[in-house]
Amino acid sequence: MTPLERATRLSNLGLAVTTVGFVALAGVYVRALAFTPLERFQGPAQKIFYVHVPAAFCALLAFGIVGVISLLYLWLKDERLDLFSASAAEVGVAFSVVMLTTGPLWGKPVWGTWWTWDARLTLTLFLFFLFVGYLLLRNAVPEPTQRARYSAVLGISGLVLIPFIHISVYLFRTLHPEPILLKPGRPSLPTTMLTTLLLSLGVFAVLLVGFLMQRYGLALTRAAREERGLA
Amino acid sequence: MRETLRDAITIARKDLLLEFRARTTAISALVFSALVLVIFYFARDPTEISDRALAPSVLWVTFTFAGMLGLNRAFQIELETRALDGILLAPANRTSLYLGKVFANLAFVLMLEAITVPLFGVFFNVDVVSPLVPLAGVIILATIAFVAVGTLFSAMTARTRFAELMLPVLLVPFLMPPITAAVQMTERLFAGRPLSEVAGWLRLLAAYDIAFVILGILLFEATLDE
Repeated sequence: MTPLERATRLSNLGLAVTTVGFVALAGVYVRALAFTPLERFQGPAQKIFYVHVPAAFCALLAFGIVGVISLLYLWLKDERLDLFSASAAEVGVAFSVVMLTTGPLWGKPVWGTWWTWDARLTLTLFLFFLFVGYLLLRNAVPEPTQRARYSAVLGISGLVLIPFIHISVYLFRTLHPEPILLKPGRPSLPTTMLTTLLLSLGVFAVLLVGFLMQRYGLALTRAAREERGLA
Repeated sequence: MRETLRDAITIARKDLLLEFRARTTAISALVFSALVLVIFYFARDPTEISDRALAPSVLWVTFTFAGMLGLNRAFQIELETRALDGILLAPANRTSLYLGKVFANLAFVLMLEAITVPLFGVFFNVDVVSPLVPLAGVIILATIAFVAVGTLFSAMTARTRFAELMLPVLLVPFLMPPITAAVQMTERLFAGRPLSEVAGWLRLLAAYDIAFVILGILLFEATLDE
Protein backbone atom coordinates (compact mmCIF):
# COMPACT_ATOMS: atom_id res chain seq x y z
CA MET A 1 0.00 0.00 0.00
CA THR A 2 1.34 3.45 -0.88
CA PRO A 3 1.53 6.12 1.86
CA LEU A 4 -1.24 7.99 0.09
CA GLU A 5 -3.57 4.97 0.21
CA ARG A 6 -2.75 4.39 3.85
CA ALA A 7 -3.51 8.01 4.67
CA THR A 8 -6.82 7.87 2.81
CA ARG A 9 -7.74 4.67 4.62
CA LEU A 10 -6.98 6.28 7.96
CA SER A 11 -9.16 9.28 7.07
CA ASN A 12 -12.02 7.02 6.04
CA LEU A 13 -11.73 4.97 9.19
CA GLY A 14 -11.70 8.23 11.15
CA LEU A 15 -14.86 9.30 9.36
CA ALA A 16 -16.52 6.03 10.37
CA VAL A 17 -15.48 6.48 14.00
CA THR A 18 -16.72 10.08 13.97
CA THR A 19 -20.07 8.99 12.52
CA VAL A 20 -20.47 6.39 15.25
CA GLY A 21 -19.54 9.10 17.75
CA PHE A 22 -22.19 11.49 16.44
CA VAL A 23 -24.91 8.83 16.47
CA ALA A 24 -23.96 7.94 20.03
CA LEU A 25 -23.95 11.65 20.89
CA ALA A 26 -27.54 11.90 19.71
CA GLY A 27 -28.31 8.97 22.01
CA VAL A 28 -26.61 10.70 24.92
CA TYR A 29 -28.64 13.88 24.26
CA VAL A 30 -31.88 11.88 24.34
CA ARG A 31 -30.82 10.28 27.58
CA ALA A 32 -29.69 13.57 29.08
CA LEU A 33 -32.83 15.47 28.11
CA ALA A 34 -35.52 12.85 28.61
CA PHE A 35 -34.23 10.20 30.96
CA THR A 36 -32.03 12.10 33.38
CA PRO A 37 -33.79 14.00 36.19
CA LEU A 38 -33.78 17.79 36.32
CA GLU A 39 -31.34 19.26 38.75
CA ARG A 40 -33.26 20.79 41.66
CA PHE A 41 -31.50 24.18 41.82
CA GLN A 42 -30.20 24.73 38.34
CA GLY A 43 -33.14 23.38 36.35
CA PRO A 44 -32.70 22.68 32.65
CA ALA A 45 -29.52 24.78 32.50
CA GLN A 46 -27.68 21.94 34.15
CA LYS A 47 -28.15 19.78 31.03
CA ILE A 48 -25.32 21.64 29.35
CA PHE A 49 -23.04 20.01 31.88
CA TYR A 50 -23.16 16.80 29.82
CA VAL A 51 -21.59 18.63 26.87
CA HIS A 52 -19.38 21.09 28.68
CA VAL A 53 -17.49 18.73 30.96
CA PRO A 54 -16.63 16.14 28.29
CA ALA A 55 -15.57 18.90 25.87
CA ALA A 56 -13.28 20.38 28.52
CA PHE A 57 -11.90 16.95 29.23
CA CYS A 58 -11.13 16.38 25.54
CA ALA A 59 -9.54 19.81 25.16
CA LEU A 60 -7.24 19.13 28.08
CA LEU A 61 -6.42 15.71 26.73
CA ALA A 62 -5.62 17.16 23.31
CA PHE A 63 -3.36 19.72 24.94
CA GLY A 64 -1.54 17.00 26.84
CA ILE A 65 -1.10 15.11 23.57
CA VAL A 66 0.43 18.18 21.89
CA GLY A 67 2.93 18.62 24.73
CA VAL A 68 3.98 14.99 24.98
CA ILE A 69 4.17 14.42 21.22
CA SER A 70 6.20 17.63 20.86
CA LEU A 71 8.70 16.23 23.33
CA LEU A 72 8.84 12.98 21.37
CA TYR A 73 9.34 14.93 18.15
CA LEU A 74 12.40 16.75 19.41
CA TRP A 75 13.78 13.39 20.46
CA LEU A 76 12.94 11.23 17.43
CA LYS A 77 12.62 13.93 14.71
CA ASP A 78 9.90 11.95 12.94
CA GLU A 79 7.77 14.19 10.71
CA ARG A 80 4.65 12.14 11.47
CA LEU A 81 4.86 13.09 15.16
CA ASP A 82 4.74 16.75 14.17
CA LEU A 83 1.74 16.19 11.93
CA PHE A 84 0.02 14.30 14.72
CA SER A 85 0.61 17.01 17.28
CA ALA A 86 -0.63 19.66 14.84
CA SER A 87 -3.78 17.59 14.32
CA ALA A 88 -4.27 17.29 18.07
CA ALA A 89 -3.89 21.06 18.45
CA GLU A 90 -6.54 21.74 15.82
CA VAL A 91 -8.96 19.24 17.33
CA GLY A 92 -8.17 20.73 20.74
CA VAL A 93 -9.18 24.18 19.51
CA ALA A 94 -12.52 22.77 18.36
CA PHE A 95 -13.20 21.23 21.77
CA SER A 96 -11.98 24.40 23.54
CA VAL A 97 -14.47 26.44 21.55
CA VAL A 98 -17.28 24.10 22.63
CA MET A 99 -16.08 24.33 26.21
CA LEU A 100 -15.71 28.13 26.18
CA THR A 101 -19.12 28.72 24.62
CA THR A 102 -21.13 26.23 26.69
CA GLY A 103 -19.51 27.44 29.92
CA PRO A 104 -20.85 31.01 29.84
CA LEU A 105 -24.23 29.77 28.58
CA TRP A 106 -24.50 27.77 31.78
CA GLY A 107 -22.81 30.38 33.95
CA LYS A 108 -25.28 33.17 33.16
CA PRO A 109 -28.41 31.51 34.61
CA VAL A 110 -26.61 29.62 37.38
CA TRP A 111 -23.82 31.90 38.57
CA GLY A 112 -25.51 35.08 37.39
CA THR A 113 -22.57 36.04 35.18
CA TRP A 114 -21.16 35.05 31.82
CA TRP A 115 -17.64 34.87 33.03
CA THR A 116 -15.70 34.62 36.27
CA TRP A 117 -11.96 34.38 36.85
CA ASP A 118 -12.26 31.07 38.57
CA ALA A 119 -9.17 28.83 38.48
CA ARG A 120 -10.52 26.37 35.96
CA LEU A 121 -12.00 29.02 33.68
CA THR A 122 -8.80 31.00 33.57
CA LEU A 123 -6.73 27.91 32.95
CA THR A 124 -8.89 26.78 30.05
CA LEU A 125 -8.91 30.26 28.55
CA PHE A 126 -5.12 30.25 28.53
CA LEU A 127 -5.16 26.76 27.11
CA PHE A 128 -7.21 28.12 24.25
CA PHE A 129 -4.81 31.05 23.71
CA LEU A 130 -1.89 28.64 23.66
CA PHE A 131 -3.60 26.41 21.10
CA VAL A 132 -4.36 29.40 18.91
CA GLY A 133 -0.81 30.70 19.25
CA TYR A 134 0.50 27.27 18.33
CA LEU A 135 -1.57 27.18 15.15
CA LEU A 136 -0.69 30.78 14.24
CA LEU A 137 2.99 29.99 14.62
CA ARG A 138 2.62 26.96 12.36
CA ASN A 139 0.95 29.17 9.80
CA ALA A 140 3.76 31.68 9.87
CA VAL A 141 6.56 29.20 9.18
CA PRO A 142 6.54 27.83 5.63
CA GLU A 143 9.47 25.41 5.87
CA PRO A 144 8.26 22.01 7.26
CA THR A 145 11.14 20.93 9.52
CA GLN A 146 11.59 24.43 10.86
CA ARG A 147 7.86 24.58 11.52
CA ALA A 148 8.00 21.24 13.30
CA ARG A 149 10.87 22.29 15.55
CA TYR A 150 9.32 25.64 16.40
CA SER A 151 5.95 24.21 17.22
CA ALA A 152 7.53 21.49 19.35
CA VAL A 153 9.35 24.16 21.36
CA LEU A 154 6.08 26.01 21.88
CA GLY A 155 4.16 22.82 22.72
CA ILE A 156 6.66 21.81 25.40
CA SER A 157 6.85 25.32 26.85
CA GLY A 158 3.06 25.37 27.06
CA LEU A 159 3.06 22.16 29.03
CA VAL A 160 5.51 23.69 31.52
CA LEU A 161 3.47 26.90 31.71
CA ILE A 162 0.16 25.30 32.66
CA PRO A 163 1.01 24.44 36.32
CA PHE A 164 2.36 27.98 36.82
CA ILE A 165 -0.86 29.53 35.56
CA HIS A 166 -2.83 27.21 37.79
CA ILE A 167 -0.85 28.20 40.90
CA SER A 168 -1.04 31.90 39.96
CA VAL A 169 -4.80 31.84 39.71
CA TYR A 170 -5.00 29.98 42.99
CA LEU A 171 -2.77 32.53 44.75
CA PHE A 172 -4.64 35.39 43.13
CA ARG A 173 -7.99 34.11 44.35
CA THR A 174 -7.01 33.30 47.90
CA LEU A 175 -5.94 36.91 48.44
CA HIS A 176 -9.40 38.18 47.63
CA PRO A 177 -12.80 37.34 49.08
CA GLU A 178 -14.93 35.19 46.83
CA PRO A 179 -18.14 36.79 45.56
CA ILE A 180 -21.12 35.11 47.15
CA LEU A 181 -23.25 35.13 44.03
CA LEU A 182 -20.63 33.35 41.95
CA LYS A 183 -20.04 30.48 44.30
CA PRO A 184 -20.31 27.29 42.27
CA GLY A 185 -21.41 24.91 45.04
CA ARG A 186 -21.45 21.65 43.16
CA PRO A 187 -23.48 18.86 44.69
CA SER A 188 -22.18 15.34 44.26
CA LEU A 189 -24.04 13.69 41.44
CA PRO A 190 -26.88 11.22 41.76
CA THR A 191 -26.29 7.96 39.88
CA THR A 192 -28.47 8.68 36.84
CA MET A 193 -26.69 11.98 36.20
CA LEU A 194 -23.31 10.40 36.73
CA THR A 195 -24.13 7.64 34.24
CA THR A 196 -25.20 10.20 31.66
CA LEU A 197 -22.01 12.17 32.25
CA LEU A 198 -19.83 9.09 31.93
CA LEU A 199 -21.65 8.04 28.75
CA SER A 200 -21.14 11.49 27.34
CA LEU A 201 -17.48 11.42 28.29
CA GLY A 202 -17.13 8.12 26.45
CA VAL A 203 -18.85 9.51 23.37
CA PHE A 204 -16.69 12.61 23.36
CA ALA A 205 -13.61 10.45 23.65
CA VAL A 206 -14.80 8.53 20.57
CA LEU A 207 -15.32 11.83 18.78
CA LEU A 208 -11.86 12.99 19.78
CA VAL A 209 -10.35 9.82 18.36
CA GLY A 210 -12.46 10.13 15.19
CA PHE A 211 -11.51 13.77 14.63
CA LEU A 212 -7.88 13.05 15.31
CA MET A 213 -7.82 10.14 12.86
CA GLN A 214 -9.43 12.22 10.15
CA ARG A 215 -7.23 15.24 10.71
CA TYR A 216 -4.08 13.15 10.95
CA GLY A 217 -5.10 11.21 7.82
CA LEU A 218 -5.54 14.53 6.03
CA ALA A 219 -2.12 15.71 7.17
CA LEU A 220 -0.55 12.49 5.95
CA THR A 221 -2.36 12.79 2.63
CA ARG A 222 -1.02 16.28 2.18
CA ALA A 223 2.49 15.19 3.06
CA ALA A 224 2.31 12.25 0.64
CA ARG A 225 0.98 14.50 -2.14
CA GLU A 226 3.72 17.03 -1.58
CA GLU A 227 6.32 14.32 -1.69
CA ARG A 228 4.91 12.93 -4.93
CA GLY A 229 4.73 16.41 -6.37
CA LEU A 230 8.39 16.91 -5.59
CA ALA A 231 9.49 13.51 -6.92
CA MET B 1 30.75 25.70 32.00
CA ARG B 2 33.15 28.59 32.48
CA GLU B 3 33.81 28.68 28.76
CA THR B 4 30.08 28.77 28.03
CA LEU B 5 29.67 31.74 30.32
CA ARG B 6 32.69 33.51 28.85
CA ASP B 7 31.38 33.07 25.31
CA ALA B 8 27.94 34.17 26.44
CA ILE B 9 29.40 37.36 27.84
CA THR B 10 31.30 37.97 24.61
CA ILE B 11 28.10 37.64 22.59
CA ALA B 12 26.21 39.86 25.02
CA ARG B 13 28.94 42.47 24.87
CA LYS B 14 28.82 42.46 21.08
CA ASP B 15 25.04 43.00 21.14
CA LEU B 16 25.22 45.76 23.69
CA LEU B 17 28.04 47.46 21.85
CA LEU B 18 25.99 47.43 18.65
CA GLU B 19 23.05 48.80 20.58
CA PHE B 20 25.16 51.44 22.26
CA ARG B 21 26.58 52.64 18.96
CA ALA B 22 23.28 52.80 17.11
CA ARG B 23 21.07 53.70 20.11
CA THR B 24 17.94 53.65 17.95
CA THR B 25 16.12 50.81 19.71
CA ALA B 26 17.06 51.96 23.20
CA ILE B 27 15.90 55.52 22.61
CA SER B 28 12.71 54.48 20.83
CA ALA B 29 11.91 52.04 23.62
CA LEU B 30 12.48 54.72 26.23
CA VAL B 31 10.31 57.26 24.47
CA PHE B 32 7.71 54.54 24.02
CA SER B 33 7.62 53.69 27.74
CA ALA B 34 7.33 57.36 28.66
CA LEU B 35 4.40 57.62 26.25
CA VAL B 36 2.73 54.53 27.70
CA LEU B 37 3.01 56.04 31.19
CA VAL B 38 1.41 59.27 29.99
CA ILE B 39 -1.38 57.50 28.15
CA PHE B 40 -2.16 55.38 31.20
CA TYR B 41 -2.33 58.44 33.38
CA PHE B 42 -5.11 59.84 31.22
CA ALA B 43 -6.79 56.52 30.41
CA ARG B 44 -8.87 56.53 33.58
CA ASP B 45 -11.35 58.61 35.51
CA PRO B 46 -9.19 60.41 38.14
CA THR B 47 -12.16 60.89 40.47
CA GLU B 48 -12.84 57.15 40.48
CA ILE B 49 -9.38 55.60 40.30
CA SER B 50 -6.49 57.12 42.22
CA ASP B 51 -2.92 57.21 40.90
CA ARG B 52 -1.88 54.84 43.65
CA ALA B 53 -4.50 52.21 42.83
CA LEU B 54 -3.45 52.10 39.21
CA ALA B 55 0.31 52.48 39.72
CA PRO B 56 1.57 48.87 40.04
CA SER B 57 -0.34 47.69 36.97
CA VAL B 58 0.82 50.67 34.92
CA LEU B 59 4.42 50.00 35.81
CA TRP B 60 4.27 46.37 34.67
CA VAL B 61 2.23 46.91 31.56
CA THR B 62 4.74 49.58 30.54
CA PHE B 63 7.68 47.25 31.16
CA THR B 64 6.02 44.49 29.19
CA PHE B 65 5.21 46.63 26.17
CA ALA B 66 8.58 48.34 26.03
CA GLY B 67 10.48 45.13 26.75
CA MET B 68 8.83 43.39 23.84
CA LEU B 69 10.20 46.03 21.49
CA GLY B 70 13.68 45.17 22.68
CA LEU B 71 13.22 41.42 22.32
CA ASN B 72 12.33 41.59 18.66
CA ARG B 73 15.60 43.35 18.02
CA ALA B 74 17.86 40.64 19.53
CA PHE B 75 17.57 38.18 16.66
CA GLN B 76 16.57 40.54 13.90
CA ILE B 77 20.02 42.12 13.90
CA GLU B 78 21.45 38.62 13.44
CA LEU B 79 19.29 37.91 10.43
CA GLU B 80 20.35 40.96 8.49
CA THR B 81 23.31 39.97 6.37
CA ARG B 82 23.00 36.47 7.89
CA ALA B 83 25.18 37.36 10.86
CA LEU B 84 23.74 34.45 12.83
CA ASP B 85 25.45 31.94 10.52
CA GLY B 86 28.75 33.52 11.47
CA ILE B 87 28.04 33.14 15.16
CA LEU B 88 26.96 29.54 14.69
CA LEU B 89 30.23 28.82 12.87
CA ALA B 90 32.24 30.28 15.73
CA PRO B 91 33.64 27.73 18.21
CA ALA B 92 31.00 28.49 20.85
CA ASN B 93 28.18 26.17 21.85
CA ARG B 94 24.48 26.86 21.44
CA THR B 95 23.92 27.38 25.15
CA SER B 96 26.35 30.27 25.17
CA LEU B 97 24.46 31.86 22.29
CA TYR B 98 21.20 31.57 24.19
CA LEU B 99 22.72 32.86 27.42
CA GLY B 100 24.51 35.64 25.57
CA LYS B 101 21.22 36.80 24.08
CA VAL B 102 19.56 36.47 27.49
CA PHE B 103 22.28 38.60 29.10
CA ALA B 104 22.07 41.26 26.41
CA ASN B 105 18.28 41.38 26.59
CA LEU B 106 18.41 41.45 30.35
CA ALA B 107 20.81 44.39 30.31
CA PHE B 108 18.69 46.15 27.71
CA VAL B 109 15.38 45.71 29.51
CA LEU B 110 16.83 46.45 32.96
CA MET B 111 18.37 49.64 31.65
CA LEU B 112 14.99 50.60 30.22
CA GLU B 113 13.34 49.84 33.56
CA ALA B 114 15.95 51.74 35.55
CA ILE B 115 15.10 54.89 33.59
CA THR B 116 11.35 54.26 33.58
CA VAL B 117 11.03 53.78 37.35
CA PRO B 118 11.99 57.34 38.42
CA LEU B 119 9.87 58.76 35.63
CA PHE B 120 6.99 56.63 36.83
CA GLY B 121 7.57 57.78 40.42
CA VAL B 122 7.27 61.39 39.33
CA PHE B 123 4.27 60.95 37.02
CA PHE B 124 2.27 58.77 39.39
CA ASN B 125 3.39 60.46 42.58
CA VAL B 126 4.65 57.20 44.05
CA ASP B 127 7.54 56.93 46.47
CA VAL B 128 9.92 54.59 44.67
CA VAL B 129 12.95 55.48 46.78
CA SER B 130 12.13 53.90 50.15
CA PRO B 131 11.24 50.45 48.79
CA LEU B 132 14.04 50.68 46.22
CA VAL B 133 16.02 47.58 47.18
CA PRO B 134 13.15 45.08 47.35
CA LEU B 135 11.58 46.75 44.31
CA ALA B 136 14.79 46.27 42.35
CA GLY B 137 14.78 42.63 43.44
CA VAL B 138 11.23 42.10 42.19
CA ILE B 139 12.02 43.87 38.92
CA ILE B 140 15.12 41.75 38.34
CA LEU B 141 13.31 38.47 39.10
CA ALA B 142 10.36 39.29 36.86
CA THR B 143 12.64 40.55 34.09
CA ILE B 144 14.60 37.29 34.15
CA ALA B 145 11.30 35.44 33.61
CA PHE B 146 10.31 37.79 30.81
CA VAL B 147 13.67 37.59 29.08
CA ALA B 148 14.16 33.81 29.48
CA VAL B 149 10.92 33.02 27.63
CA GLY B 150 11.11 36.06 25.38
CA THR B 151 14.59 35.23 24.07
CA LEU B 152 13.61 31.65 23.30
CA PHE B 153 10.50 32.76 21.45
CA SER B 154 12.03 35.68 19.62
CA ALA B 155 14.67 33.32 18.21
CA MET B 156 11.75 31.63 16.46
CA THR B 157 9.47 34.54 15.68
CA ALA B 158 12.26 36.64 14.15
CA ARG B 159 12.30 34.13 11.30
CA THR B 160 8.55 34.02 10.78
CA ARG B 161 6.27 36.23 8.81
CA PHE B 162 4.75 39.07 10.90
CA ALA B 163 7.51 38.74 13.51
CA GLU B 164 6.46 41.85 15.44
CA LEU B 165 2.96 40.51 15.85
CA MET B 166 3.85 36.89 16.39
CA LEU B 167 6.07 37.48 19.42
CA PRO B 168 3.42 39.10 21.64
CA VAL B 169 0.79 36.55 20.59
CA LEU B 170 3.03 33.73 21.76
CA LEU B 171 4.68 35.50 24.66
CA VAL B 172 1.83 37.18 26.52
CA PRO B 173 0.18 33.97 27.79
CA PHE B 174 3.55 33.04 29.23
CA LEU B 175 3.82 36.38 31.01
CA MET B 176 0.65 35.88 33.00
CA PRO B 177 2.32 34.21 36.03
CA PRO B 178 5.39 36.48 36.29
CA ILE B 179 3.48 39.72 35.66
CA THR B 180 0.74 38.80 38.11
CA ALA B 181 3.37 37.96 40.71
CA ALA B 182 5.29 41.18 40.04
CA VAL B 183 2.18 43.36 40.26
CA GLN B 184 1.11 41.74 43.52
CA MET B 185 4.54 42.27 45.05
CA THR B 186 4.93 45.82 43.73
CA GLU B 187 1.54 46.71 45.12
CA ARG B 188 2.65 45.53 48.60
CA LEU B 189 5.90 47.46 48.37
CA PHE B 190 4.18 50.69 47.36
CA ALA B 191 1.78 50.23 50.27
CA GLY B 192 4.77 50.06 52.60
CA ARG B 193 4.26 46.40 53.43
CA PRO B 194 7.07 43.81 53.66
CA LEU B 195 7.58 41.27 50.91
CA SER B 196 7.10 38.42 53.38
CA GLU B 197 3.36 39.03 53.08
CA VAL B 198 3.52 37.80 49.52
CA ALA B 199 6.05 35.01 50.01
CA GLY B 200 3.90 32.69 47.89
CA TRP B 201 4.27 34.97 44.88
CA LEU B 202 7.97 35.33 45.46
CA ARG B 203 8.42 31.57 45.48
CA LEU B 204 6.28 31.22 42.38
CA LEU B 205 8.33 33.80 40.52
CA ALA B 206 11.63 32.22 41.57
CA ALA B 207 10.41 28.78 40.51
CA TYR B 208 9.26 30.22 37.18
CA ASP B 209 12.69 31.77 36.59
CA ILE B 210 14.48 28.51 37.28
CA ALA B 211 12.08 26.42 35.20
CA PHE B 212 12.14 28.66 32.14
CA VAL B 213 15.85 29.41 32.13
CA ILE B 214 16.51 25.66 32.14
CA LEU B 215 13.82 25.09 29.52
CA GLY B 216 15.30 27.85 27.37
CA ILE B 217 18.76 26.30 27.54
CA LEU B 218 17.37 22.87 26.66
CA LEU B 219 15.06 23.98 23.87
CA PHE B 220 17.11 26.73 22.27
CA GLU B 221 19.01 24.39 20.01
CA ALA B 222 15.74 23.38 18.35
CA THR B 223 15.15 26.98 17.27
CA LEU B 224 18.34 27.12 15.20
CA ASP B 225 18.62 26.01 11.62
CA GLU B 226 21.31 23.49 10.98
